[in-house]
Amino acid sequence: MPLEGPPGDSGDDRGEPPLQERFDATIGRDQRIEPRDWMPDGYRGTLIRQIAQHAHSEIIGMQPEGEWITRAPSLRRKAILFAKVQDEAGHGLYLYSAAETLGADRADLTERLIEGRQKYSSIFNYPTESFADVGVIGWFVDGAAICNQVPLCRSSYGPYARAMVRVCKEESFHQRQGYELLMTMMRGTDAQRAMVQDAVDRWWWPSLMMFGPPDGDSPNSARSMAWKIKRHSNDELRQRFVDMTVPQAERLGVTLPDPDLRWNEERGRHDFGTPDWSELQRVISGDGPCNTARVARRRAAHEDGAWVREAATAHAAKQAARARHGEGAAA
Amino acid sequence: MSDDIDDHVYLSLAEQHDQEGDARWAFGTGFEDPLHGVDTAVPDGVDGAELAAVCLALGDDALVGAQRLAQWCTRAPELEEEVALANIGLDLLGQARLLYARCGQADGTGRGEDAYAYTRDPADFRNVRLAELPDGDFAFCVVRLLVLSTWRLALFGRLASTADPVLAAVAAKGVPELTYHRQYAADWAVRLGDGTDESHRRMRAALADVVPYLDEVLDARPQFAAHADAVRQETLAVLDQVLLAAGLSLPAAPAVPGSGRQGDHTAHLAPLLAELQSVARAHPEATW
Repeated sequence: MPLEGPPGDSGDDRGEPPLQERFDATIGRDQRIEPRDWMPDGYRGTLIRQIAQHAHSEIIGMQPEGEWITRAPSLRRKAILFAKVQDEAGHGLYLYSAAETLGADRADLTERLIEGRQKYSSIFNYPTESFADVGVIGWFVDGAAICNQVPLCRSSYGPYARAMVRVCKEESFHQRQGYELLMTMMRGTDAQRAMVQDAVDRWWWPSLMMFGPPDGDSPNSARSMAWKIKRHSNDELRQRFVDMTVPQAERLGVTLPDPDLRWNEERGRHDFGTPDWSELQRVISGDGPCNTARVARRRAAHEDGAWVREAATAHAAKQAARARHGEGAAA
Repeated sequence: MSDDIDDHVYLSLAEQHDQEGDARWAFGTGFEDPLHGVDTAVPDGVDGAELAAVCLALGDDALVGAQRLAQWCTRAPELEEEVALANIGLDLLGQARLLYARCGQADGTGRGEDAYAYTRDPADFRNVRLAELPDGDFAFCVVRLLVLSTWRLALFGRLASTADPVLAAVAAKGVPELTYHRQYAADWAVRLGDGTDESHRRMRAALADVVPYLDEVLDARPQFAAHADAVRQETLAVLDQVLLAAGLSLPAAPAVPGSGRQGDHTAHLAPLLAELQSVARAHPEATW
């Protein structure tokens, strides 16, 4: 499979349009680019970076909630959380597979993650301090992920779009279970209600930052939107998330920690305050509360598992050699 | 690029999920009581106390085993193993929940699953000690899983026709799950035994750590006396077959005295349960 078409290819002898034109026309018709299609290097590179970052986020994102599986306070909650964190491992797996359709290699992407050369979502650098965080992560973080990812089901790159369909189905259940946990806790004791409010206070602003910097400061967004890798701007998605979440907060009986949050009749949308963008910059650049611990855990798992992966490879090679030898002996 | 399209996509995803998505998740993680409408009366001729003792021991093995597997989460050697170990842990957790529920009906206390998991002290647990030992490395995880799943599958195959219909149904549901657990462990035992000098050495070390607790698993008195001989034979035969393929064998080693089935435990169970019960015990009035 030729991964790269020659730049400026002028089409073949049968008068086919040049590759770039065909690519542009496919995008223009809202049709999908598939792995075998020619695509510009920039499109391929942008996609690998975005899909890898998304895959890393799923894998690192297992940690903050995963810490509570062993402590979940009922067996039903334990099963739900275990299954949810397992789903995230599965999401990571098929996103890495989608990246591999572009010529990337999972082992190489993992190296880039643990060496800090590729990013993951900044939200997972915050600590989980109580079991209510499990519910709030489901509600806010998975809710924000849904806002981000539902449009990606129509992303122009086929394997990514199809992976997103499955991811979104599972994320919607994750969000529902998170909200249901919070509803149950709000009907419980005063201490439980206080836990929920505390978790809401800690996760609200980091969740708003999940949509990325404001549109004016998001240099790659315009190109990704032109390529239909991305379908909405950061600010538009953030607004959708706020509008979706406010009535849910009211039903739940919690206060969102933003004094500027109010309904704007004229716009038909909510006005809300400005996140602390300098905090986002700090967390992205490695200075969040848990950056070091998250990457260290991933690195430890990868390095501790090296002998297992080597053994599996060695066994497969021995099996293949034995099969060849067996065939040779039989012949 | 209108909002309407995305809203429609989101709604249709959510609707679809309501109808078919939950079934893909682990047992009992949905929003309905999975045993709603099941006749749970203990039938005539079944001794409630004996039935409860069997359910408790098997439930404790499963819960403690699931807890150890949960501790692998985010630490597995590869993402495929992450998913597989979670699958096995979820299966065991599902088995524990059904067995505890049955235990509460059989012992006459009417206690629910969480009462068994969260309010008992270590001395009240009846799991085998092999289940509670801490995981050293992935080789230990594989050898332990191989032993416990092989024994449990041999037993569940027989319990599937036991007199109590609920326990029989739990066992029948568990057979395909345990078949997968055993296959997974056996595949890795062969890979690691055959793979590299390092993996072979680790497998031998893991076997040396596990074998002193093997007799307790095979004996399993008093709860499983009725099936003990047949289950022991089948378990040992399977272990021999797998280890032969892996270029390994069961080392001779003296058994550690005592039995988890009688309430004897290692020092590792108390911290395991302290972690498991920490949030529940900190909020005794709470509902989750």
